[in-house]
Amino acid sequence: MRITCPLCGPRDRREFYYYGSEDYLTRPEGEDWDAIDAHLHLRDNPAGRTRDLWYHEMGCASWVLITRDTVSHQISDVVLVGDAAAGISAKMKSKAKAPAKGGAQ
Amino acid sequence: MRYSGLKVITEGLFGNKGWKPVWRDPAPKAEYDAIIIGGGGHGLSTAYYLAKNHGLTNIAVLEKGYIGSGNIGRNTTIVRANYFLPGNSEFYSHSLKLWEGLEAELNYNVMHSQRGLINLFHSDGQRDAFVRRGNSMINQGDDAILLDRDGVREHLPYLDFEQTRFPIYGGLLHPRGGTARHDAVAWGYARGADRRGVDLIQNCEVTGIDIEGGRVVGVQTTRGAIKARKVGMVVAGRSGQVAAMAGMRLPIESHILQAFVTEGLKPVIDHVVSFGMGHFYISQSDKGGLVFGGDIDFYASYASRGNLPMVEHVMEAGMTLMPMIGRAKVLRSWGGIMDMTPDGSPIIDKTPVEGLFVDAGWNYGGFKAVPASGWCMAHLMATGETHEVARRFRLDRFKTGHLLDEEGTGSQHNLH
Amino acid sequence: MRIEGKGLIDRAVPVRFRFDGVDYQGFKGDTLASALLANGVKLVGRSFKYHRPRGVLTAGSEEPNALVEIIEDRQQTPNVRATVQEIFDGLEAKSQNRWPSLGFDVLAVNDLAAPFLSAGFYYKTFMWPRALWERLYEPVIRRAAGLGSLSGRHDEADYEKAYAFCDLLVIGAGPAGLAAALQAARAGADVILADEHPVMGGRLLADTGAMDGKPAADWAAAALAELGAMPNVRLMPRTTVTGVYDGGTYGALERVGLHLPARPDLPRECFWRIVAGQAVLAAGAQERMIAFADNDRPGIMTASAIRTYLNRYGVAPGKRITIFANNDSARQTARDLMAAGVEVAAIIDVRADAPVAEDCPVYAGAVVVGTKGRKALRSITVLHRGAEIEVETDCLGVSGGWNPLVHLTCHMNGRPVWDAGIAAFLPKPGMVPGMRVAGAAAGEFSTAGCLASGSAMAREAMKALGRKAAPITLPTAEDGSYELLPLWEVKGKRRAWLDFANDVTIKDVRLSAQENFASVEHMKRYTTQGMAPDQGKNSNMGALAVLADATGRGIPETGTTTFRPPFSPVSIAAMGAGGRAEGFAPQRFLTSHTASVERGAPMIEAGMWYRPSYFPRPGESTWREACDREVAMVRSAVGVADVSTLGKIDIQGKDAARFLDLVYTNTFSTLPVGRVRYGLMLRADGHVLDDGTTARLGDTHFLMTTTTAAAGLVMRHLEFVAQAYCADWDVRIISVTENWAQFAVAGPKAKPLLDTITTVDLPFMGCAPVQVGQVAARLFRISFSGEQGYEIAVPARYGEALFRDLLARAETLGGGAYGMEALNVLRIEKGFITHAEIHGRTTAFDIGMEKMVSAKKDCIGKGAAARPGLVGPQRDQLVGLRPVTDAALSAGAHLFNPGEEVCRANDQGYVTSVCYSPTLGGSLGLAFLRNGRARHGEMVRLVDHLRKIDLLCEVCDPVFHDKEGVKLRG
Repeated sequence: MRITCPLCGPRDRREFYYYGSEDYLTRPEGEDWDAIDAHLHLRDNPAGRTRDLWYHEMGCASWVLITRDTVSHQISDVVLVGDAAAGISAKMKSKAKAPAKGGAQ
Repeated sequence: MRYSGLKVITEGLFGNKGWKPVWRDPAPKAEYDAIIIGGGGHGLSTAYYLAKNHGLTNIAVLEKGYIGSGNIGRNTTIVRANYFLPGNSEFYSHSLKLWEGLEAELNYNVMHSQRGLINLFHSDGQRDAFVRRGNSMINQGDDAILLDRDGVREHLPYLDFEQTRFPIYGGLLHPRGGTARHDAVAWGYARGADRRGVDLIQNCEVTGIDIEGGRVVGVQTTRGAIKARKVGMVVAGRSGQVAAMAGMRLPIESHILQAFVTEGLKPVIDHVVSFGMGHFYISQSDKGGLVFGGDIDFYASYASRGNLPMVEHVMEAGMTLMPMIGRAKVLRSWGGIMDMTPDGSPIIDKTPVEGLFVDAGWNYGGFKAVPASGWCMAHLMATGETHEVARRFRLDRFKTGHLLDEEGTGSQHNLH
Repeated sequence: MRIEGKGLIDRAVPVRFRFDGVDYQGFKGDTLASALLANGVKLVGRSFKYHRPRGVLTAGSEEPNALVEIIEDRQQTPNVRATVQEIFDGLEAKSQNRWPSLGFDVLAVNDLAAPFLSAGFYYKTFMWPRALWERLYEPVIRRAAGLGSLSGRHDEADYEKAYAFCDLLVIGAGPAGLAAALQAARAGADVILADEHPVMGGRLLADTGAMDGKPAADWAAAALAELGAMPNVRLMPRTTVTGVYDGGTYGALERVGLHLPARPDLPRECFWRIVAGQAVLAAGAQERMIAFADNDRPGIMTASAIRTYLNRYGVAPGKRITIFANNDSARQTARDLMAAGVEVAAIIDVRADAPVAEDCPVYAGAVVVGTKGRKALRSITVLHRGAEIEVETDCLGVSGGWNPLVHLTCHMNGRPVWDAGIAAFLPKPGMVPGMRVAGAAAGEFSTAGCLASGSAMAREAMKALGRKAAPITLPTAEDGSYELLPLWEVKGKRRAWLDFANDVTIKDVRLSAQENFASVEHMKRYTTQGMAPDQGKNSNMGALAVLADATGRGIPETGTTTFRPPFSPVSIAAMGAGGRAEGFAPQRFLTSHTASVERGAPMIEAGMWYRPSYFPRPGESTWREACDREVAMVRSAVGVADVSTLGKIDIQGKDAARFLDLVYTNTFSTLPVGRVRYGLMLRADGHVLDDGTTARLGDTHFLMTTTTAAAGLVMRHLEFVAQAYCADWDVRIISVTENWAQFAVAGPKAKPLLDTITTVDLPFMGCAPVQVGQVAARLFRISFSGEQGYEIAVPARYGEALFRDLLARAETLGGGAYGMEALNVLRIEKGFITHAEIHGRTTAFDIGMEKMVSAKKDCIGKGAAARPGLVGPQRDQLVGLRPVTDAALSAGAHLFNPGEEVCRANDQGYVTSVCYSPTLGGSLGLAFLRNGRARHGEMVRLVDHLRKIDLLCEVCDPVFHDKEGVKLRG
């Protein structure tokens, strides 16, 4: 499996650490246990398109948000979590995605 | 038809013409008292015990593929009761006791073989953790023996005791741990359930769950609608999709666990050996293949196949622990879809929908749980009450914080 | 029998080898199988279940019968395909799965018991009495099962792993693969051409056809010469592409040294990870058998294997050969044999309208219904126009048609589609992203068709890569059509084999259907069909057809089982190359490592690190003596310990303080510059992640310390929190663990020692930059021992020098180095926790630190930690334990109320850490006890069944030594 890091380019999957669903991005405050449950535990767990969080641990230390298919393992988009979290415009995202198009995925 | 050595001989003498179908192929009825979604190990054992223990025979198991096509047919066949947290201990202990009578119970040779399981440790800290575990096992009434390095050497002389990276300090021997023939477990339960009148319906995929006024009334399937006031979801890696039909999100993420088998070899490994430090475990099947595996591939997946990083890691662990297997050739690798929970322990519980039950979250330890899982799920579905040995397997325990985290790795589905 | 003038072997180089103790001679270029056949050896193995005599069936890696052990000095390799193993001088091979000898095998008695050993018989018996399963039945079954043997000795040989990258990977170097490689290489692409054979060319080497009017082998040689000379091409012979993985990643096994005597400078095998932009699969096709009565005798093989042995190795595998086929391709075998002067006794063609052209008896519309000859084929019985004809023959070539080798296309769960025209499964486009299939693997069987499809698929691949590629000129070649009359089984009463390797017959498959194991997967699992070393390559198609027939379904509805990696078996050693011993995990060494080893310290593993266990002095014979002395030394004088393994994380930015407030339970924004604070960090789920100290080096600059074990974990966590939740904050994080060497200097004489180095005077929990000699260093006043303590950090390159210097200074003060053992005792005496206590299931509440969770601010994990299951008296809480006698406590023991039965239901907790405290003169323990904080002063019973310890102890505060921290603050 190859993942195209927005900063480093296409890299072997073994450089990355997998965390889990993008649900982890929504952090509830306080003691709202339903929200905590949704944040930490409950998952759509789709057989198909999903968005999840990976860490380029043996690379640039970026956390990335990957859009991929859990059945085919095809990766369609990789963006920096920082960009996604800061609400970077769609235009910027497609720019970051560009290298993912060429070569091996 | 009762199986026995005599039967094998008499049938053999008459050209094996008399063997009867091991199960029927019934068409689904319009309505059942209860429906089990999923014809894997857990679903089949649930159906079997519903019929056997609770006299519920107007029931059906709906399987989208063939009987036993899930993880029951693609695991590394290990049977053990070596958990240490209250809640897990008693459940797996109960399961092992059921295993010990399974051939007689099912009149089917599932080849349960208590070859002994050895968990190796490689530091003083790990030894203490295993001592805690072993003491839990004994407190529960199961067995455990602490082995020092020489003790391990006596059992497993072929390990690399000179290896310098993570030297072997000792091991925890679980004499009643062992293996069984995985497919036979599915077939044995299926045959037993069928003989008690349970309809096993293959190639029947559930496409919807019918709910009226907060209670389940039936399911939609590729073979038509079927009514039932009780429905059990026992679909392992597919739990997320099936639960979604009932509008639920489960605390489950599906992951891939790969496993490997080598070409047949003359006997060389007698025990089940577990090398936790390297995420590696191995045994040898009766047919002669080395059956082994490691950790999950780490990313959510439904692909039933894995990638090279974990393949190589598992092989490297094998080579560092027991370099004598180097010349064995891997014949086949495969992947199962694991229903991983945030604490690594399973769920057998009611759901917010009345009459709808869930048995899921077996992570990658579901095989050994098959008898007790079915036993407890049947108890729950029949009586509406949680079985005593499964009382901690609550669906809402994540929300309430009553966790059962054997690994201590926390609320992250892939770390258990 | 060797045929003069035939074959691509080097007759100038004779090779001596040994099989089952007998010396033979072959030639360079021979496989073990071709050399044995040349020597007239027919019997090479025994079957798995019935121990039937077996001979060579094929000429490739799919061989199910001719599996042998290759013997070396003190080592052996089981299940080696004689059809793949090249011979070399001194090669020693041995037959397997027989006792006492290949010729006389006692377990051949199983063959007589076959009626009772039908498919799945073992599920129906061996159940009574239960005890005999493990004591008798299973051991006997295990001994009888299996094929070859491992030596039981460590595999000390070398193996390697490597990465390769290319634009186009071409798998298979037959006509299609060569055309594809030429096409892409001439277009300038980086090409890897991999083929499992030692000599590339595929069927061009085994067939007698012409290309551009010259022998096909000549064209192949020229093509390979051209490719070999191009810098953008890598030829990988003896390399099997074994698996397809995501992202254009392919696994491949190169047999580097298996064709040579063992050499220290050469690995046996190399496992490649090839990352390819595009791939062309040109794996060819495999001829399949027909099931008929006793079709497994030595001397019966595929028709194409005979052709290969003749044309490639110059060997006729029999003197009087017969051919049984349902298609034209096998006719070429007969013609080649006759041209080489070998007698062809008969051609039996299934097709009633088969051509009768050869100068030998041709039986059209006939089938083989029986064979004779136990250890070698003697004759066959042919049913022709209602009459049975006995034909004497010592070799029968069978062709049931061809199966495209689609395996690799299925590794990503794609299913091939049934093609009734060729009665075989064909790949669908797109089953593997970026992979195209060419040649016979795609059902294109003529040489011209293979060349054209290879070139076309390579052009498509070039287009996908954005490269231009003009079509190359292809040679003229054979362009015949392929037609067959499908025939899977010749019905009869005797057993007819489908899976030779696992001894699965037609009866087994029919029994499976009879018992309603009717799905193809059930049939496979019930009969073990296709689960043998050839993975069903020789049998799946036939078994499927028989099952389809038995269940009244068509073949497409019956479906196939799944092809999974590897394509052909790969040794564990190759895929695990580099994993032995130290290779298994990285090793991290302290800068003081050498100095510690010089002082006799045993170095023990602490995660990836190695740390000194203790520093023995002359006269000390046990670790305890050294440990007790080191503890006393720290308590009374001064000790020096390397603590560089602790994680060090540099955190900077305007929002750094705010960030620390978010990740720690307690507040850091109030920490003054030049001060250090102990912090507790929670996971998002509210459990303790780690603890450690953080120093404020400047207004916007912090240095965090983590435990050794959690250094990586914390780094990952901090980066996540920063990037996911604080994306617009000004905070940057970097690990500096390896950049600084850090030493603890602890004890009442720590200050006097430091006074000889620096004049800086720090308050408790203070920090400051200092000069040590000419080196800019950092000094912290923190303690993990309970004594007045400092930690001094220098850039890693000065670590060793500083360590030696500190030791020398300490020794003049009656102190010295202390190791992990003493460090552990010191911290237990003080009730300081490690990951033995914060083991992932404990909360701040459990360890008595709930007051460290600031009520004034939010932090990661705070809300989750308040869940009802994580607080309250039902929780196990950290306590201290002291035995009532002078006995030793035991870590891992469980706790019970005295007088209650020792069982799970009464379990009150467990012990996490114990030590002998020389300071307090007794055994101390840290434990988690149900509602423990309320139970100080109570007695509990400690039971360790495993170590046979059962004693009473008193529950106490976990801080045993200097509770008020007087010594700490100095």
